[in-house]
Amino acid sequence: MTVRRTLAIARKELIQVRRDPRSLLIAMLMPVLLMGLLGYGARLDARQLPVWIFDRDGSQESQALLHQVRASPYFALVRTVERYDALVAALDAGRARLGLVVPPDFSRRLRSGERVAVQALVDGTDDNSAHLAIGYAEAILDRFAAEVQGDWIRRRGLSERAFVAPLSIEARTWYNEDLDSRHFIIPGVVALAMALVGALLASLAVAREWERGTMEQLVSTPVTAAEILVGKLLPYFAIGMADAAICVAIAVGWFAVPFRGTLLALAAATALFLLVTLLVALFISVTIRNQLGASQIAILATLLPFNMLSGFAFPIDQMPAPVRAITYVVWGRYYLTVVKAILLKGSPLGDLLAPMSALALYALAVGVLATRRFRKSLD
Amino acid sequence: MSAAGEAVVVQDLVKRFGGFTAVDRVSFTARQGEVLGFLGPNGAGKSTIIRILCGLLRPTAGRALVAGFDVTRDPEAVRARIGYMSQRFSLYDDLSAIENLRFFGGLYGVAPAELRQRIAWAVEMAGLRGRETALAGTLAGGWKQRLALGCAVLHRPPIVFLDEPTSGVDPMSRRQFWQLIHRMATDGVTVFVSTHYMDEAAYCHRLALLDRGRLVALDTPAVLRTTALRGAVLQVQAPPTAETLAALDAAPGVLGAAVFGDGFHVVVNDASAVQDALPVFLAARGIPCQAVVPIAPSLEDVFVQRLGRRDAESAA
Amino acid sequence: MSTEAAVAVDGLAKRFGDIRAVDRLSFAVAPGELFGLVGPDGAGKTTTLRILAGVLAPDAGSARVAGHDVVRHPESVKHAISYMPQRFGLYDDLTVDENIRFYADLFGVPRRERERRTARLLAICGMTPFRGRLAGALSGGMKQKLGLSCALVHRPRVLLLDEPTTGVDPVSRRDFWRLLYELLAEGMTVITSTAYLDEAERCHRLALLHRGRAILCDTPARLKAGMPGAVVAVTTPESAAARDALADLPDVTSLHVVGDGVRVVVASGAGGLAAIRDRLRAAGIAVAEIAVVSPAIEDVFVASVAAAEALP
Repeated sequence: MTVRRTLAIARKELIQVRRDPRSLLIAMLMPVLLMGLLGYGARLDARQLPVWIFDRDGSQESQALLHQVRASPYFALVRTVERYDALVAALDAGRARLGLVVPPDFSRRLRSGERVAVQALVDGTDDNSAHLAIGYAEAILDRFAAEVQGDWIRRRGLSERAFVAPLSIEARTWYNEDLDSRHFIIPGVVALAMALVGALLASLAVAREWERGTMEQLVSTPVTAAEILVGKLLPYFAIGMADAAICVAIAVGWFAVPFRGTLLALAAATALFLLVTLLVALFISVTIRNQLGASQIAILATLLPFNMLSGFAFPIDQMPAPVRAITYVVWGRYYLTVVKAILLKGSPLGDLLAPMSALALYALAVGVLATRRFRKSLD
Repeated sequence: MSAAGEAVVVQDLVKRFGGFTAVDRVSFTARQGEVLGFLGPNGAGKSTIIRILCGLLRPTAGRALVAGFDVTRDPEAVRARIGYMSQRFSLYDDLSAIENLRFFGGLYGVAPAELRQRIAWAVEMAGLRGRETALAGTLAGGWKQRLALGCAVLHRPPIVFLDEPTSGVDPMSRRQFWQLIHRMATDGVTVFVSTHYMDEAAYCHRLALLDRGRLVALDTPAVLRTTALRGAVLQVQAPPTAETLAALDAAPGVLGAAVFGDGFHVVVNDASAVQDALPVFLAARGIPCQAVVPIAPSLEDVFVQRLGRRDAESAA
Repeated sequence: MSTEAAVAVDGLAKRFGDIRAVDRLSFAVAPGELFGLVGPDGAGKTTTLRILAGVLAPDAGSARVAGHDVVRHPESVKHAISYMPQRFGLYDDLTVDENIRFYADLFGVPRRERERRTARLLAICGMTPFRGRLAGALSGGMKQKLGLSCALVHRPRVLLLDEPTTGVDPVSRRDFWRLLYELLAEGMTVITSTAYLDEAERCHRLALLHRGRAILCDTPARLKAGMPGAVVAVTTPESAAARDALADLPDVTSLHVVGDGVRVVVASGAGGLAAIRDRLRAAGIAVAEIAVVSPAIEDVFVASVAAAEALP
């Protein structure tokens, strides 16, 4: 393998990408767009869920409860209504995600020390938000209940200490203290952007030569299969790393995702992930000798598994066992583990040897496969 | 038909694409039953003229009457009366031969009974009997070409336009194809063919030489050969090497020289003078010269001289 | 220079499914020779060239190119040859210069040499002012010349061309051949397939391929001389009528219409002219001129292919 021939292929590929406005757009603009769209748009936590209230009591106590709901960042108190069916109508129409009904004997029963139930109606069509809404509502109600209890105890002159709950949980969230789901998603978007660019652009690289007929001439020259593949890989690798750098800069600079690890570790991990993605795309390009087919399969083989099975959108440990087994083949999962660890935990590379080795092995395997597959023959 | 027997009349036809003039005031007429050839380099305007005459492009200026109808005012009437075979044969590779024929027959609105008959004729003409169900993409060049011709004439048009129909087809198939064209012409069909194969020029009744959008000459091949060339042609028997070519180029009285066959064709001003002087000139340079004979010019000699050295070639 | 053949093909065979593209093909090409491959579609020209270029493996037979065994070690031959396929490998989005540089790098042409050779090749083609132009913006003829320049920059010993001038205007074709002759003079061997019979006439030797075999292989002059019979050219305005009148004459082996008359091949030779004249007169067809003419390569080929097809 000579360097000169490899560089000749790389140089040609780079010139072609530079001169193709569509490729350039994909390479430069897409990552930024993705970061913007998903960074702002994709949130797994719920904020400002619209709540409608049917307060049948109208007392000081019910007002205090409603005040707590209003004060919560998770809820936005939109309307109070006078009739039950108005509440139901709002839920049906999607104007409310949560409806609270305060019973007419709310304050009376509180004052007399009896239990009272507040009815919560939840829009369950979005399973995720519904769970969260119920959870937040319960939390608010529990806190309210605790305050009421405290009040009640104080008014009877008893010591509060007698009624301290035996157990309390002091929850401290490490690594993502605000539980800002964006910190969880955005590292994944960095990988997504790279995978998209790499898969789309690189998958066309070899197929295009077959389709245009230039491959026939290439294989009649002394250039080897390995030189062609490495030569084609280099420019897309450079573009991918540049895109990753842009995405990380946006993530840290704009979205304030913490960066607790070292740049070296991030670069190493990103380079490996990109390498695997590009090699997979090239393998597809070698196998499918037309551009349309190659790009379609490349998207299916890289983006779809990444979205579904790498832990990006859906947690792996909640998947059924057979599906979990499949995720071991999705190389994105190793990268996500690593990048989240580096960004949020500040892990040194030493702690990440297992997923990094998995990525490296993957790259080697696909590289060998692609080189073998690419025979210099028209047959 | 406009005048008696005039199938196509073109007057001062002009077509501009932005700043580029593809057709520059071309005028000619074609008689019914004539095989008219358009000869010219790529970009000369052959395809553009054909497309205008088929009603596919609107001319920038000038007039064209095809089968008596004005291409600008009645393009639909024109299209109903012509057959068009485009450069790339326009067959569907993933349809079989017969499926292609049925498709085009449907497009031209040929009645079912008539279509059956025409398809049978086309299959026979193309030599595809027994291979009707073969996918068009699997057919070799010559068969594809004849199939495409069949598709273009299912509706028996009186005028047929063929845009480089023999491109990339081997010489044997090409000859067969031209015999087909002549058969059609004998039946009264007017055939326009554009080509860049010199040896095919001889098949045409008349030839139009086009260069950079202009009609340079229009006449029968015989007349073109004898009158269109400025000067005379000598055939020189000498070793066909670059050295000989360079020497010939430099020889006095020589307007142009090129390898031709196993010798050279040399265009000269004064045949007799050069005929005597040339062997001496070559011998002085150590080049053996077996014979110098005046010959009738070939079409290629005419073509190369009239269409000239393209020093500033424009883009394709 | 050794007397070893530059290219030697023996018993080459290649099949695609049921079709025998190349069927026990044998021929040899001497160093410095311009060798032409002619034949109908599907005769095996492209397949043969691809095998010689080492991009297609044959099913059987041997082929030596520039001293290398191209069947057993296809990669070994690629330094010494250049292959210009029908859809040749020009990159439309690279300039003329960038294209040549790319191929020069692939073949390891030393940098200084590359600049010198590029300048020379482009000058011969008349393309020096277009060095910075994108290949996609060139006319058909210039693309071909550029393709040839890319193929020649590393000075191959053997050049394989697959219909290199198809679609190219005559002026550019002459430039193309001028360039080829320069290199031939320096000892390069060229094998070219061509659809242009006037180009076939320029070759030192020709092979006519039919169904994967060479049915003729000789110099153009000898092929023409060896053609059985004679060619009679009849000039008449009534070509169709003339054709019909002569069609059943027993002496006629082939007959076709041209723009100004008909061209007849008669088996008996020059003597057959009288019979033709008589038949035409009997049919009342006006004849402007009738004469025996020297056969063109096309006549030789059509007659040979017809004879070959008539065989079982």
